[in-house]
Amino acid sequence: MSEVRKGYVRALDIKHGRVDMSHGSGGRAMAQLIEELFARAFDNDYLRQGNDGALLPAAGAGKLVMATDSHVVSPLFFPGGDIGCLSVHGTINDVAVMGAKPLYLSAGFILEEGFPLSDLQRIVQSMADAAREAGVPIVTGDTKVVEQGKGDGVFITTTGVGVVPEGVELSGDRARPGDRILVSGNLGDHGMAIMAQRESLGFTSTIVSDTAALHGLIAAVLATGADIRVLRDPTRGGLATTLNEIAKQSRVGMMLQEPAIPVHPEVAAACEFLGLDPLYVANEGKLVLIVAEPDVARVLAALRAHPLGRNAAMVGSVHEDPQHFVQMTTGFGGRRIVDWLSGEQLPRIC
Amino acid sequence: MCLAIPARIVEIDGDNGVVDMGGVRKEISLSLVEDVAIDDYVIVHVGYALSKLDPEEAAKTLALFAEIGEMSPAAP
Amino acid sequence: MKYVDEFRDGELARNLAASIASEAHSDRTYSFMEFCGGHTHAISRYGVSDLLPANVRMIHGPGCPVCVLPIGRVDMAIELALEHGAILCTYADTVRIPASDNLSLLKAKARGADIRMIYSAADALALAQQHPDKQVVFFAIGFETTTPPTAVVIKQAQALGLKNFSVLCCHVLTPSAIANILESPEVRQYGTVPLDGFIGPAHVSTVIGSRPYEFFAEEYRKPVVIAGFEPLDVMQAILMLVRQVNQGRCEVENEFARAVSRDGNLKAQNLVAEVFELRREFEWRGLGLVPYSALRIREGFAEFDAEKRFPLGYRTVADNKACECGAILRGVKRPWDCKLFGTVCTPETPMGSCMVSSEGACAAHYTYGRFKDIAVVSA
Repeated sequence: MSEVRKGYVRALDIKHGRVDMSHGSGGRAMAQLIEELFARAFDNDYLRQGNDGALLPAAGAGKLVMATDSHVVSPLFFPGGDIGCLSVHGTINDVAVMGAKPLYLSAGFILEEGFPLSDLQRIVQSMADAAREAGVPIVTGDTKVVEQGKGDGVFITTTGVGVVPEGVELSGDRARPGDRILVSGNLGDHGMAIMAQRESLGFTSTIVSDTAALHGLIAAVLATGADIRVLRDPTRGGLATTLNEIAKQSRVGMMLQEPAIPVHPEVAAACEFLGLDPLYVANEGKLVLIVAEPDVARVLAALRAHPLGRNAAMVGSVHEDPQHFVQMTTGFGGRRIVDWLSGEQLPRIC
Repeated sequence: MCLAIPARIVEIDGDNGVVDMGGVRKEISLSLVEDVAIDDYVIVHVGYALSKLDPEEAAKTLALFAEIGEMSPAAP
Repeated sequence: MKYVDEFRDGELARNLAASIASEAHSDRTYSFMEFCGGHTHAISRYGVSDLLPANVRMIHGPGCPVCVLPIGRVDMAIELALEHGAILCTYADTVRIPASDNLSLLKAKARGADIRMIYSAADALALAQQHPDKQVVFFAIGFETTTPPTAVVIKQAQALGLKNFSVLCCHVLTPSAIANILESPEVRQYGTVPLDGFIGPAHVSTVIGSRPYEFFAEEYRKPVVIAGFEPLDVMQAILMLVRQVNQGRCEVENEFARAVSRDGNLKAQNLVAEVFELRREFEWRGLGLVPYSALRIREGFAEFDAEKRFPLGYRTVADNKACECGAILRGVKRPWDCKLFGTVCTPETPMGSCMVSSEGACAAHYTYGRFKDIAVVSA
């Protein structure tokens, strides 16, 4: 009896290959995709266990935080990043703004039949790099394939787990009259970087997405021991939406100072011509902080000492207001309401 | 209203051109304006230049604002 | 940004405010209408009314093409996309306008209609070239500012011999709306129009020039000051209007001389005249039927007229009876006088024209100014 010859498996043709239905079928093709593309890029001890779930050490003291975020973005690649690093940063930030140290991530992929493997590899590599840089391993994952026309290339859902140390208590309902409102840098970069790529708007600029993992910046701020009431990352809906959420949760009003709000001049210009307001444009690497007034100076110093917080600024204050309005003193000298966004923010011509 | 903003022409190619608005560049149509040159400011609406901006008139208006400032009795 | 930032200077604003306060006679009130949504937007966004004395009151006019677009026209656009399978191209401003049957363009899209949001009329033409197998219709809204680009693409479509491109023309005219505000029969029902003068449109006037307003100044004895859309432009125009009123003058003055001439943009005007002609009447949401207030596509370009290419009927859809938009648009009532305001009528669920776009009088007040009716406790 002759020995069974070890089957020769042709390596994935990343350069020319495309996702097909077999990559989600549970068979050999799927195993190969996971092995050669995902596992190779994300490689770590937990993932290497190769089981249905990752076996992780118990967290010990403190409270667990878990957050999940699904990522659908068009275009998939944009100035300053892509859906891959965005999906890592977004979930790390959701965990980190709870005051937690992010520990592990999971990643679920929904791939559209026909999606180029070369693009998938770029995205997966970008995720792997982002996770490694952040020090948060991707320990488990899943892949499904949908027929052509039933997806938009790739959708990624990431879930993150972290631990909040004893004594750290952050929540959207802790803003108090007299507190100050801080932001960690320029607003609207991510949303405008995406908008610039849209076919019909097509403008050229140097605007790049601010996508970044914020847990390092948050750790630096928490290390000051300052009395920080609320941390949030103002993603969809921008600063205006985030502040309205906090005002409602904390049952307070807010007053912003328009001239203090940092906006990149090109983002401001693009907003002018599209009829958008930078306060409502998405960020993916910015922090909103509600801080007790006496601690503002040291929190600002800690923010500005970190590369992700160089343009940090105090932009307003918290007030008593039974209506929970967020208002703003304009650079022009008037006052206006900064309301919840109605519907999606769309470019205007009138 | 009609959202339109002043932008500086940086390229002209027949009826098409590129304008610069505070560092952001966009291709627009110049088919509705006449006698425009590089560095002219035009008012842009839905991707079309609608009119040329007159720098002298703009300077006059700004001078008028400043004058009111000097005359203004109760300006803090 | 040059020619923008200089016109938003807070210090100059305080000076202008001081001049307005000192020149406005304290024994009378001044009611001025800013016709354009652009001015409404500037007033709201920069808080201009905070800088005005209490006896100078701004009335927000009907100059927002989204606000005055009647529901029946949106229904036609939806019908084109849903019933006739056309690719409907629209400026994003229109997609949320509530239409009949609980639809809007956005909701029609969710039901399978192919609705494309475009930034420029040229994008609609490009889509027609990319999809020769589909009918592509451009839902053309807007005042005199937005009409010339539509004329350009219709002429280009003709030159290219496109067989699958047409335009649902909803372009409307500013002067006829102003005339309607000043003299419509409904005015009697509301009493005298309490208007002491107009701030004239900025960008509309770059196209039509300042000449068309001379008629209003003379015929109706109302001062008009054409002003740019930056907040200092608005303040300066208010000061100029106060001066005209004080001196008993009724003239057309041009604060926006940096972009508006007496004759306007003749090239654009000629192009519009070549492609479009007057409609006998057109319905304006909030104002009703206004004679000679809109444009339709000329016979020579009939093949690009969606109303001729497709079997479309127009049906008037009435607004809620309690809606006070008609009176608000004419300056007789204010948003908070309306029972619907802020209750069933909000920017999420607009019932009338003034709430439909962020530039409508009610939406602007809801979004930017509501706090002025409510005592705010400041820490």
